[in-house]
Amino acid sequence: MMLFGHKPPITAWIGIFIVGFFVFIALFGPWFAPYSESASVGGTWDAPSASMLLGADQIGRDMLTRLIYGARMTIGIALVTTVLSFAIGITLGFLAAVLGGWADTIISRVVDIVLSIPLLIFALIILGVFGSSLTTLVLTIAILDSTRVFRLARALGMNLTEMEYVEAARLRGEGIWWIMRREILPNAAAPLFSEFGLRFCFNFLFVAALSFLGLGIQPPYADWGGMVRENAAAINFGLLAPIWPALAISLLTVGVNLIVDWLLSIDARPSGAQAEM
Amino acid sequence: MADATSDYRVAEPILRIKNLHLETITGRPIVDGVDVVLERGKVLGLIGESGAGKSTIGLAAMSYARAGVHIAGGVVEIDGKDIRSLDAAGRRDVRGRRIAYVAQSAASAFNPAHSILDQCCEMPVVHGLMNRSQAEKWAVELFKALDLPNPDTFGRRYPHQASGGQLQRAMAAMAMSCRPDILVLDEPTTALDVTTQIEVLILLKRLIREFGTAALYITHDLAVVAQVADRIKVLRHGKEIEEGETADIIHNATNEYTRNLVAVRGAAASERADPSTVQAGTVLAIDDCDAGYGLLKVVNAVSLDVRVGETVAVVGESGSGKSTLARVITGLLPPSRGRVLFKDTTLAASLADRTKEQKRIIQLVYQMPDVALNPRQTLRQVIGRPVEFYFGTGQAETEAKVHELLKLVELPADFIDRRTPQLSGGQKQRVCIARALAAKPDLIILDEPTSALDPLVAEEILKLLKRLQRELNLSYVLITHDLDVVHRIAHRTAVMLKGEFVAFSDTNSIFEGPYHPYTEKLVRAVPEMRTDWLEEAMVRRTAQRLSAA
Repeated sequence: MMLFGHKPPITAWIGIFIVGFFVFIALFGPWFAPYSESASVGGTWDAPSASMLLGADQIGRDMLTRLIYGARMTIGIALVTTVLSFAIGITLGFLAAVLGGWADTIISRVVDIVLSIPLLIFALIILGVFGSSLTTLVLTIAILDSTRVFRLARALGMNLTEMEYVEAARLRGEGIWWIMRREILPNAAAPLFSEFGLRFCFNFLFVAALSFLGLGIQPPYADWGGMVRENAAAINFGLLAPIWPALAISLLTVGVNLIVDWLLSIDARPSGAQAEM
Repeated sequence: MADATSDYRVAEPILRIKNLHLETITGRPIVDGVDVVLERGKVLGLIGESGAGKSTIGLAAMSYARAGVHIAGGVVEIDGKDIRSLDAAGRRDVRGRRIAYVAQSAASAFNPAHSILDQCCEMPVVHGLMNRSQAEKWAVELFKALDLPNPDTFGRRYPHQASGGQLQRAMAAMAMSCRPDILVLDEPTTALDVTTQIEVLILLKRLIREFGTAALYITHDLAVVAQVADRIKVLRHGKEIEEGETADIIHNATNEYTRNLVAVRGAAASERADPSTVQAGTVLAIDDCDAGYGLLKVVNAVSLDVRVGETVAVVGESGSGKSTLARVITGLLPPSRGRVLFKDTTLAASLADRTKEQKRIIQLVYQMPDVALNPRQTLRQVIGRPVEFYFGTGQAETEAKVHELLKLVELPADFIDRRTPQLSGGQKQRVCIARALAAKPDLIILDEPTSALDPLVAEEILKLLKRLQRELNLSYVLITHDLDVVHRIAHRTAVMLKGEFVAFSDTNSIFEGPYHPYTEKLVRAVPEMRTDWLEEAMVRRTAQRLSAA
């Protein structure tokens, strides 16, 4: 079977299957989740049974139900943040590349300042000051993450603005928006798209990390990072509870990376190492 | 080998390639059953358009294939020994020592982190033929033979400290460092200016002759190969068209493709610009302009005028400032002094200050159609956008106009939804011309419009440009280093040297003399389609040197 005009290898199919599975759960999960998101239906860390396939969490909620609702929250937030961070990063990066000169210097230096502060610490400060609502969480991660996207977008834009077809568009008198959207973006799309997959993973782990530290998604909403934290104590008793959300996190990360690897390999040309020596 | 076989071996060719097949990893054939026989001390020219597989054959002679290509079949024998059957170490031993390669672009083939001498001494030392001091002595001797400046100290320079022509010669020295039996010369002069090309050609020819080295000379320029090759093999689409003695190929080729190749170079001798297209009235005038980058002045006190329907050529070597002049006209580089006038109005110096109308009337056609077209756009977008942008046409009207333009540049109507990477080089250049025409300009600046194209394709583009000028009353400013093109389409010609015009007048009078000394140098440096041209040039040079001394 072909996808985007290319034949995915088996690893890519595994990734597509994993991601597709989780996206399906995120979209339609509530329809077939056995219980409601916040209902306490058993005892603390009950072992898996016929009524609770993955057991119960620290206050007796069904683990499977929590995982299904958690998929929706975790993947949804990671997706929204990544899209937002790319929108900001690409716009600023291309602007810096096309305008050059002072505009480039100012934007780049501001980004450098933000980049010089450790990401997690910066996020903790902002969330500590403004409090952790969904909006602040999404905005904070998106803005911090966009600095990384900016670097890539600017580098790609710099190469492309040197192309003669961009010069031809400038000579014609096209505006900056048109040049960014029509001449540069389509040619930068492939590397940006692969980067999107990677950054999606990072953001997804970042949300999980923030939740683990208590500043991410707040109860009673389920999210995988938060679930690992809430159930962490169960490890002391040799129980499986924190393994399930942790497994979901790693499985989705691996799935996305398998797809990204494939997308990156499409773009790569045969290199010198493959020459017939 | 015992003495008994030595007599026999004299007749044995040094390189024999039998039934060579190369294909891409997807199975597309690149070279399809080519035989090459190269005798000791002889030069075989491989000639053909791009994609003919000539470089691939050159590399396959060393049993090497670039990434994405592999040798699917055939025999490569050096001195009767099959090198394809050797293991990697055995092949490495043959390369450099028995057969050496001179790449097209020396600038990118040298390692910028090592001195030239280090790189020229590396091979004989690695192969265990000489120790370092012997290798250095030999390298200096080669530098001397190749006429490099200060041969004793030249080697201490790093690649960026040498000019393109010097690097190309240093590369030849590197290839000769192990005294190989065979040299593979892959377009060794193509990236050079005509005046530098002749220097390198003379020295390569002397080198080959003095050391009795056999060579494969790969080029697309028949006139160049005629000077150095004993025999010529014409290739097309990975197949051999014909092979023969150089003089036979040039004077009485049997194959039609070869005859066309020869005829293209001959056309310049007869064809001239059509004077009837020129009308009264000046389209563009440059009035005493200076321009440069920072403190560096690249264009100095240049004045130029172009009449309606006229082609004005600006010729010069690279670095003479001719491309900068084009940037001044388009407004990409505001001049530091002087004005650019269109008809009677002064154009704003910088592009940002020009009106949309002023941007429309001057259009540019670039040298490299590959990078001048957005690879993600279809022809509908590439050609349609200027129409819609300048004239505010609706969708249907734009499409009709695009069809009209495709027809004008002789491209099929169903190309409209193709993306630009699906086109050949010549077709891409036609699209670039159509894009320029879409703005209904009065003046088109042609920046080396044919120099990235194969000779037969370039020929078609020139014909197209002439026809368009006749039909649409266009004026051209032609920027080029190719005097052939100038002869054929320029009404007037300006010769540019170090940012100044040393001559500017009627094309015929420029080339018929009396010459400015620099113009003479340029004219004399263009290879002519006969086998004894280089010999004459060499004699002329020696005479000049003697009289100077």
